[in-house]
Amino acid sequence: MLKLENIQMQVDDDSGEKFEILKRIDCQFEKGKVYAVTGPNGGGKSSIAKVIMGIYKQSQGHLYLDGEEISDLSISERANRGIGYAFQQPPRFKGLTIQNVLTIAAPNADLIKVRTSLRDVGLCPEDYLDRDLGAGLSGGEIKGIEMAQLLLRNPVISIFDEPEAGVDLWTIQKLLKLILSTYKGNPNKTAIVITHNENVIPVCDEILVIAGGMIDAKGTPEQVWKLIKDDIECKVRNQCQGEISYAIK
Amino acid sequence: MQLSKLDMDLLEAVADLKKVPQGALNIRLNGVPVMRHSSPNISVGPNQDGSGLLVEIKPGTKNETVHVPVMLTQAGLQEKVYNTFVVGENADATIVAGCGIHNDSHVESRHDGIHEIIVRAGARLRYAEKHYGEGNKTGKRVLNPTTVVTVEEGASAEMEMVQMKGVNDTLRSTVAHIHARGSLKIIERLLTQEDQKAESDITIYLEGPGASAQVLSRAVAQGDSYQLFKAALIGRDACQGHVECDAILMDNARIRSVPEIQAEDAEAVLTHEAAIGKIAGEQLIKLMSLGLGESEAIDTILEGFLR
Ligand SMILES: Nc1ncnc2c1ncn2[C@@H]1O[C@H](COP(=O)(O)OP(=O)(O)O)[C@@H](O)[C@H]1O
Ligand SMILES: [Mg+2]
Repeated sequence: MLKLENIQMQVDDDSGEKFEILKRIDCQFEKGKVYAVTGPNGGGKSSIAKVIMGIYKQSQGHLYLDGEEISDLSISERANRGIGYAFQQPPRFKGLTIQNVLTIAAPNADLIKVRTSLRDVGLCPEDYLDRDLGAGLSGGEIKGIEMAQLLLRNPVISIFDEPEAGVDLWTIQKLLKLILSTYKGNPNKTAIVITHNENVIPVCDEILVIAGGMIDAKGTPEQVWKLIKDDIECKVRNQCQGEISYAIK
Repeated sequence: MQLSKLDMDLLEAVADLKKVPQGALNIRLNGVPVMRHSSPNISVGPNQDGSGLLVEIKPGTKNETVHVPVMLTQAGLQEKVYNTFVVGENADATIVAGCGIHNDSHVESRHDGIHEIIVRAGARLRYAEKHYGEGNKTGKRVLNPTTVVTVEEGASAEMEMVQMKGVNDTLRSTVAHIHARGSLKIIERLLTQEDQKAESDITIYLEGPGASAQVLSRAVAQGDSYQLFKAALIGRDACQGHVECDAILMDNARIRSVPEIQAEDAEAVLTHEAAIGKIAGEQLIKLMSLGLGESEAIDTILEGFLR
């Protein structure tokens, strides 16, 4: 189980002032479950993922993996303890082929598994394995390769950051199904899917709504999904202004 | 003549050769040719004034390779060599050059290689040149290659020049003349460390209609090293040329990049791109999130960049 305890995170803004991005995040992610993390743009979803991966350092609070504190571990140490993150905006590399990167992601995977991971994200291995991960790939392709790395790595905690962005409709349905079937009820694994996808959110085990650097709502789809829908409808009709609030605490 | 273990290691470093190859060959060791043979299509012999080699590839030769590696293991040796290569009409051949210096002394070892390469009409040449130095004392390892290439009508040449490790000082000068429909691609990859200095100066004249040239330079400078990269494209007809130089700067190193394009014909299309930067933090983070340690991640990025 991954536990975040009173996590706060701040950055320096342009004028050198502290700017608070995560205010107070308390939550836990259990094995065998798929979590949907959603909420408005800029709410802090990716920041939470980066704090879990060790890319951002929390200014306060603690992280525990299976009861052991990991708050001060480096990115590599967390990766080797079983945390994996598919970036929302993956970087490009000059001179590394897709096969190179997949081999780094999972040094022990055989070629059959490597190929399967590409097929799972809708990319034909013959066309892609030897291609450079630099310029020349579309945003959707880069995104697919990013997710293939995580699927292949198959860590204990897998965080997918907006897998649907830029990925075609055919592939994304298949991929989301794969994520649900791989992780749901799997006693050793947890998936955290940051997503806006209306088909996925209601079928996850739990939903977290992140807004303004805080958890605005959390619970089962039955508890949270209707509130989200109502709120969206209300926004569309322009009847309510200001911050989203779901009143579930 | 038998080559020692040291010679063989050096041979592998500069020419990727694990054993002495078949076919046309000249191995120069400490100022003298120690092995030389020609093949039916490629003649390898001394040039007229005895200052170096004359390598002639017969017209129409297909898929043959000639190896001309140079090795210096004798401390303090300094030499200047003039070699001429002629690739006959419509031939298709590979020249593997390269120079390795082993200098474990306190005096300077130096090789100045002057290469003239003529690629006759319709021929195709691939040219690979690796430079490498090793040794633990203060004696410098210096390599100054000068290359003059002529690409005749409809011919093409692809030249890959690589300097990865251990060369203290290098001044490489490359001049090319490309005629109608001829094409030249130069790929240069340079890594400098400690207080090494490297300067590369490339000038390409696009002389005829349809001539094209492409220069790709990848450079990494570490430690206190310094690199200067100059590339000039001069378009004198309806031609195409592109220079791209990309550099990663680390530690206290410095890199200066001076691309130049000069057009003398309204139909000439010449472009350049140059970028110097540190290792992208995003790439480092990405690789670390796949389980690599920081230094492993840096090595992976640099290796890919210089590949
Ligand atoms: N490194 C950073 N420096 C400055 N501001 C940041 C940084 N990372 C995130 N932010 C800001 O924090 C807020 C939350 O960002 P993010 O976690 O990416 O949101 P989400 O993923 O929910 O869209 C945004 O306002 C964003 O601009
Ligand atoms: Mg985000």
